[in-house]
Amino acid sequence: MTSTVPSWLEARQQAAKQRYEETPKPKRGDEQWRFANIKQLNFDNLSGVAGEFDRTDLIKRSTGVENTAAKFVFLNDEIILAETAVPEGVICLPLGEAFSKHPELVEKHFMTRETRLGSAKYAALHEASVKNGLFVYVPEKVEVEGVIEVHHWISGGVTTFPHTLIITETSSKVRVIDIFRSVDEQVAGLAIAFNDLCAGKNSSLDYVAIQSLNEVSRMISINETSTHRDARAKGFILNTGGAWIRNESLSRLEGPGAHSDMLSVCLPDHEQEFDQRTYQHHVSEGAYSDLLYKNTLYGHSKTIFSGLILVDEKAHHTDAYQTCRNLMMTDHCEANSMPGLEINADQVKCSHGSTSAQIADDEIFYLQARGIDADQARQLIARGFSIEAIQRLECEPVEELILRFVDEKFNRVVIS
Amino acid sequence: MSFQETASAVLDEDTQDAINIDQSKGDFRFPENHKFDAGWGLSSKTVDYICDVKQDPDWVRTFRHKALATFEKKPMPTGWATKDLENIHFDKIRYYLSDGEKPKRTWDEVPPEVLETFERLGIPEQERGFLAGVEAQYDSEAAYSNMKEELSKEGVIFVTSAEGLKEHEEIFRPYFGKVIPTGDNKFSALNSAVFSGGSFIYIPKGVKLKQPLQAYFRINSESFGQFERTLIIADEGAEVMYMEGCTAPKFETATLHSAVVELVALKGAKIQYITVQNWSSNVFNLVTKRGLAMENAEIRWIDCNIGSRLTMKYPGVVMKGEGARGEVISIALANDNQHQDTGAKMIHAADNTTSNVVSKSISVGEGRSTYRGQVLIPKHLKGCKNNTECDALLINSNSRTDTYPAITVKGNRHATQHEASVSQVSEEMLFYMQQRGLDEGQAMSLAVNGFINDLVREFPMEYSVELKRLIDLEMEGSVG
Repeated sequence: MTSTVPSWLEARQQAAKQRYEETPKPKRGDEQWRFANIKQLNFDNLSGVAGEFDRTDLIKRSTGVENTAAKFVFLNDEIILAETAVPEGVICLPLGEAFSKHPELVEKHFMTRETRLGSAKYAALHEASVKNGLFVYVPEKVEVEGVIEVHHWISGGVTTFPHTLIITETSSKVRVIDIFRSVDEQVAGLAIAFNDLCAGKNSSLDYVAIQSLNEVSRMISINETSTHRDARAKGFILNTGGAWIRNESLSRLEGPGAHSDMLSVCLPDHEQEFDQRTYQHHVSEGAYSDLLYKNTLYGHSKTIFSGLILVDEKAHHTDAYQTCRNLMMTDHCEANSMPGLEINADQVKCSHGSTSAQIADDEIFYLQARGIDADQARQLIARGFSIEAIQRLECEPVEELILRFVDEKFNRVVIS
Repeated sequence: MSFQETASAVLDEDTQDAINIDQSKGDFRFPENHKFDAGWGLSSKTVDYICDVKQDPDWVRTFRHKALATFEKKPMPTGWATKDLENIHFDKIRYYLSDGEKPKRTWDEVPPEVLETFERLGIPEQERGFLAGVEAQYDSEAAYSNMKEELSKEGVIFVTSAEGLKEHEEIFRPYFGKVIPTGDNKFSALNSAVFSGGSFIYIPKGVKLKQPLQAYFRINSESFGQFERTLIIADEGAEVMYMEGCTAPKFETATLHSAVVELVALKGAKIQYITVQNWSSNVFNLVTKRGLAMENAEIRWIDCNIGSRLTMKYPGVVMKGEGARGEVISIALANDNQHQDTGAKMIHAADNTTSNVVSKSISVGEGRSTYRGQVLIPKHLKGCKNNTECDALLINSNSRTDTYPAITVKGNRHATQHEASVSQVSEEMLFYMQQRGLDEGQAMSLAVNGFINDLVREFPMEYSVELKRLIDLEMEGSVG
């Protein structure tokens, strides 16, 4: 559907390609890759062959919430369905088209910041290779009712570079969901995704990423959120699929009264490995950020949480919180937590907490005494544990959709 | 604790005066008079020189040379450590100095100028009080060491590490360098190559020392790094409390302090190691401290860092026996031009082991305090628990604090929790106290003392008194 690449993008992509080649690969001992399995960064074993698919069937499988403001379905970064019913003035279209139709807007916001959490090399690769994704621009005082829903399918052993760029102007509102899935269960694919979220003054921007790839695929997903004065941004990540997933989420609070929620639920099983790095950067004074990551670990799975709250020198009256909780369901799972703080200003309220524990026997006993068998009881508690983060989205249809993926995962989990 | 009761009972005015030593009296020095001096810089010659002077046995010589090779090979900590480390110039440091005399046995034999130093530090008073043994370190050798007879009768060994490795090789050697291997980090390797001074303590089976053992350290030669090596072994069921306190005269060029402290608590033993670090603000204090706790043993590090330019110290406990317990209690105060990079390392290596880390830091002016922690609970263990709390207090608007913990838990039969908070003294609290007649500085001091009060209580009486005074001193002029 896309035509030629505009010249500004061509220049950017060439520079990015060079940067990708010049940037060294992460190596053992790099602080940003502590505890990480760097071997997963070897992408040579991908077949490179796109898989077979049935377009109609895929569109049928692309179900999400009931009432969408817009719905897009991508297969290996090619658009196969586009439906929009967004209010007037809102720009909502595949990024491939936006590159040439709205070059100024895109150029101004597209990948403007340095990637700081370790994957600079792969951000450069993304920039050099990106073809498509979603572009949303919400003008002043416009509120998009309903959800903009995007399905990203990977078919075969290919690498995709999905990009999501969302801009909300003053006092506007929008809610976007990305869903990443594999067409077939057996073939290993790779997604190197990037999302740029820019919440303008007093606007509200919710972004949900549901990652449910097959358990042989890998994904690197980099998030950059900037929240301006009195704006409210929410980012949510659900990880159920994938062999190895790396999430890097950076939230910049750029104005007083800015509010950023960073939320995540991970449900790894078998040998799955979820590596999450976060950064709450308080540039401005008087801003608020709150992070809640909840992991429930099964099988031989492994999670890494490395979070940092950075309060800049002038960012007084900051409120910043960070919580990572790990629920250990088996004897072989492994949780690594590195909750960090760097505070360079006073008059701040900052805290972080991290816990790792299992379900207490008396909780199970309590439920058993009420006729629920032990396995079911465990699942019930784990579900309730995850819901705490999901409910923070405060949007029922979206919560229901996420729970659908959560329950699907719980049903797949075999408790050994 | 009986010791504290005794302490408070004895605390009349005289004792109080004795405890309230004036820290500024530490700002003096005597003409240097060293019979042995290894010169500047570090090479295998320096190591040989130290071995010759100290008449080390051959195995120690080999050990030192191996350590030197490791030191040269090891890179400086990179990636995570502060850039200030680059300001250490290893070839501009003197690695060994001694007045070449054997450790003294009675006060009469100690040179008068050394005595005067100790007088000002308040040691004789404490000796007169109730402390069992005082081993005072003047430069790298223990210039004075005394042990009460009853301790010797009980079989307690409390000597310098040099004496330990010669006279008590059969106890010393099996544990020496085992808790902290030479190659643990660049600075433990450096210490292993050039160590001199430090204590060796052995507490026999079932002996419970009611009174703490104590050593004072001083650095008194410009650009002279102090490389003590301390090894404490508590045999089955033994209990000991060891106190280490430092003050240092001010120097013009940076000095390096790089100690290695190894603790071994055998089955059911308890060791408490208490440090008050108040080096002058040009000292690099890069210390490796670790304890090995066997079955049902307990090791507690109580650590207070107030001085130095840069301190990097992460006391650790390896809980190797079932039911072992490790604890780190840490207070750090960073003032202008200071960086207190402290933390704790808890390695769980057996079932039902528990560890606790409580850290409180205060950043004043442009001071920077950092907490760095590691907790490891490996697979196939059960019932391990860790609790970590770190609280930071920021006094001025340009103060800085960081927290970098790393927690690894494998399996579902453990529990860990980590919590950290950052806060400042509230305006209301200050206002309240000012209304009652305190000036702003006093109010701030009181608030800061309140913040660390529950930890200060863990220190023995005279230490906690001294600590409060030190904090008042540091807080002077920080507000207003």
